[in-house]
This record gives sequence, C-alpha cells and structure tokens, in this order.
Amino acid sequence: MSFITRGFSGRSRERDERLPPGQTLVHDFPVLSAGPTPDIDTADWEFTVRTESGATSWNWDEFMSLKIDDVNTDIHCVTHWSKLGTSWRGVSLDTIFEHVETELDYVMAHSYGGYTTNVPLDELLDGKAWVAFEFDGEPLDPEHGGPARLLVPHLYFWKSAKWVRGLEMMSSDEPGFWEQNGYHIHGDPWKEERYW
Amino acid sequence: MSETVGTVDATGGIRTVPRAGWHVGTVTATNRETPNASRLELEVDGWPGNAPGQHLDVRLTAPDGYTATRSYSIASSGDSTRVVLAVDKLPDGEVSPFLVDELREGDMLEVHGPLGAFFVWRPGAEPRPVQLIAGGSGVVPLYAIANARAEAGDETPFRLLYSVRTPDDVYFARELEALAGTSDPLRLDLVYTRRAPDGWPTPPGRITREVLEAAVVPAAEHPLVYVCGSTGFVERVADWLVGYGHDARSIRTERYGGT
Amino acid sequence: MQHVDGNALAGPLAEFFAFDVTMAVARCEGCGSTAELARAMVYPSGAGTVVRCGSCGQVLMTLVESEDRAWIRFTGMGAIEVARVSPAG
Repeated sequence: MSFITRGFSGRSRERDERLPPGQTLVHDFPVLSAGPTPDIDTADWEFTVRTESGATSWNWDEFMSLKIDDVNTDIHCVTHWSKLGTSWRGVSLDTIFEHVETELDYVMAHSYGGYTTNVPLDELLDGKAWVAFEFDGEPLDPEHGGPARLLVPHLYFWKSAKWVRGLEMMSSDEPGFWEQNGYHIHGDPWKEERYW
Repeated sequence: MSETVGTVDATGGIRTVPRAGWHVGTVTATNRETPNASRLELEVDGWPGNAPGQHLDVRLTAPDGYTATRSYSIASSGDSTRVVLAVDKLPDGEVSPFLVDELREGDMLEVHGPLGAFFVWRPGAEPRPVQLIAGGSGVVPLYAIANARAEAGDETPFRLLYSVRTPDDVYFARELEALAGTSDPLRLDLVYTRRAPDGWPTPPGRITREVLEAAVVPAAEHPLVYVCGSTGFVERVADWLVGYGHDARSIRTERYGGT
Repeated sequence: MQHVDGNALAGPLAEFFAFDVTMAVARCEGCGSTAELARAMVYPSGAGTVVRCGSCGQVLMTLVESEDRAWIRFTGMGAIEVARVSPAG
C-alpha cells in the first residue's frame, strides 16, 4: 500500500490534450542547469559549423545579418513540463546550412561550458530547428541559454542546447552528454522516448 | 549486512554512523520557531539515532502518486527516536510551506536517514577548537553540534558566528543563550543583517571580511570550521576564511542552495 | 537554480551503495585534486544530477533517475577510496 501524505497535493499539475503523453502544462519557465551559467559577451561569441572538409564561422554581427525567423512553438522538457505557444526569434538551421557543404548525416551540438547533444541532420532542417537569441520579445537570458541556444522543439528540450557555440558533423549518431547518461538517443516526446 | 557505514574523521580515525533507511515519523509537536519557520518534533519508529550535523530527506506523496523530496538538517542527535527539525518556509517552495503551514500533530511523514557523515562533529573526536558559522536556517546542524558538545560535557573551545535578518529570526534562541551561559560556554556572536535589537552597538549589515576575521578562531589555532547556510553565504565566507590562512581541508561546508 | 554540494548526494545514492558516497574520496581526472564527494558541487538539473569537481568544475559523475531505473555514470573520476569498518564493528 503506497504511503500518501495527508493534505499534500504539490504544485498544480495541469493536464492538457494538446500535450504529449506524460507532460503537464506550466506557465513559468523553470531554470535547470547542469553547471554554472557561462558568461559570454556577444563581442566574443562565435558560431562554428565543422564538417569533414573544414569549418564555417560567424561572429555575432555576421550572424545577426542572416535571415531571422519569428518562431511560435510548444516546448516539452523530459522532466514532464511543457509550455505551449512560446515565442522566439532565431536563425533557421536551413539558413545556416546554405553556407555549409557536407555528406555527413549526424550533428553534435557543442555549447560554451562543455555541454553536448546529438541530433540527426535531417531533424534540424526543413523548418525544424533554429539558433535562437530572443525569447518572448527580449534578448535570451543567460539563465535560459543566452546569448543563443539551439531550439529543436519537436524533440525533448534537452536537445535544445543552451549556450550553443557550434555544430560538428558526424558520420554516426554519437551520444551527447545526457544521451551518454541514460537519456534516449533520439528524444521524441510524442513517443515518450525519454530513456535508454 | 553491517548496520553501520564506515567513515574517516579528520584525524584519519574510523568512525561509524548508522546506515540510512526509510522510516515513518509521527509528528508529536509543531510550533512556530520564527515568523517564517517551524520546529517539528517527530517520533520516528525504528530510527537508529544520528550523529550531530546529519540530515534527513522528507518525502511527500500526493494522492496521484506525485512525490516531492527535500533535505532538512536534524537539530537533535544521539540514540533517541525523537527527531527534531526546524524548517524555513521558502516563498516559492513546494515542501516547506506544507511542513510549516499545513502539517499537524499526529500526521505521518516519510523520512530517509540519517544521512551524511561529512558535516558531523563528535565530542571527544579531536582536541582542535571549533568555529561554527551559520547563515539563517543554516544554524540547524550547527545547533545540533553545539548541543551535543554540551550534553557530553565536552570542553573543546567552541564559537558560533550566526547571521540573521532580525532578532525575531534567531532559531533556538533560548537554547543558544543557555549554551552561551554554561561554565564552558559556547561563544555566541550574532550578526543582524536587516534590523538589530535596540541599543545594539553596530548598525545592521551583512557579515564582512573584517567582521568575520574579528569573530572567528584565528587560523593560527587551526580550528575545525563548519559553515552552513545558503550557497552564496557559504562560498563568500569560505573564500574569506581561506584568504585569512585557514586550511581549506579544515573547513567543512553545507550549502542549502540559493544566493 | 543554484548549485548545492555533495552532502546532497547522501539520500539519492544511499539507495544504490552500501557506503556513504559523500565520504568517498575521488580524484578528479581534470585537475588531479582529491577530495570527499561531499566537497563537490552538485547541480540538480531536473534531467539529472550533475556532480562537478569543487576545484576545476569538471563533471565527476551524473545520476539520472526514472521511476523504475537509475543510471549512474562516474565519468570524470577514476577510483574511489572508501573507509572500511573492521569486523569487530
């Protein structure tokens, strides 16, 4: 018989039929990090894509001169919270890959501070992902991954690497940080791909 | 299987603490300790006792199976099954508001412990003087340590530097006053950060490096130092102590999170 | 959310280990410093607990828990040193 604590119900846990299985709706934006918040000035910021043949880099000003999208989307964290209708501004991975040539199919995202996460390239293209630098009309807060983070809303939010600094093309789907530590290599919230 | 786990104390000697387990405690008393905190007394069936400075985890379970678990330092020590906690209510907390505002005498709580052999001091373990430094609710394990010293009649020189917002926020005020009045007293230094008592010689303000240096056992006396409170408080204080020549290995810290 | 320290690992890891993990001494493979895990910095990130060397910040270990499974990875440390209790107790 399970122990139940008299009088305890915890924070309100709203379910919603628009949510993937196992998720509850939140209206705040929880801050959870695997390490200290990096302090990166946009003057020092660089975004680099490394391929089998070389690398392409942008500094902040160069990045801001690329085509910028307005994004309105739902996000789902593996720790069971979801936010509907979040708004962002960022550069689409389609725009970034117009400047990149590669035969390789897999990507490792790298962040300032050492975090990594892996995503197949075709899950970053065709309007599926951005490097986002504004949230809710304001510059992205360092606590939430600013100056810029990866945004891949169709996968669990651990794939949306905070403090992103670049992408590395890979020939196979090598696991990044959480994927090595027990999390699913792919991470589709609609299939509840949470763990190994 | 052994009932105790082995730990090494600061002299390299082997000490043991009881093995941690899940137990159910019954609330025998709950009283406001400060305007923002409650003192809880639990009778914990099967509790193996705990060393001064240890903590336990409290797990609350909602009817739908959702659980929330948080750590709380234990104010009591020894073999008794009576376990005393003092819980600070966090403004956005999920567990502490329940424990402070909702919990009643007769209620039952799941607790996991005793936990943690690092932030422990035992009477008779070592002849070194002891400096305790508390920020707010961080006083709880340090009170347990100071009280254990008195209960054992231990004469090790002991000081407690205790930072609080106002005089109303002092935990275990009467007990600390009593410990400061014995024949081998705890030297108690209170620092008020927002409002001091009438006639207090210094205006309210946070502990500074200078206040710290003036109050603590000098580094040359090689004290054992225990610092507990918010992460920001603990790290500020520990850095200053090392700056004043205290050996980092002689400083034990327990961070409660927050700035 | 701020970090805490290795004292916070005592509860979560008691389920998996017969010894008090917070007292285990580990050597950081990043900077070489040795310390009890109680002295490490602990980030309860929600997705999992990340334990970092108190001296250099290198990840020492991670703990991920689901309802019915847990994953413990000792990534940045080699051996750990644990006290023994003599049979006489």
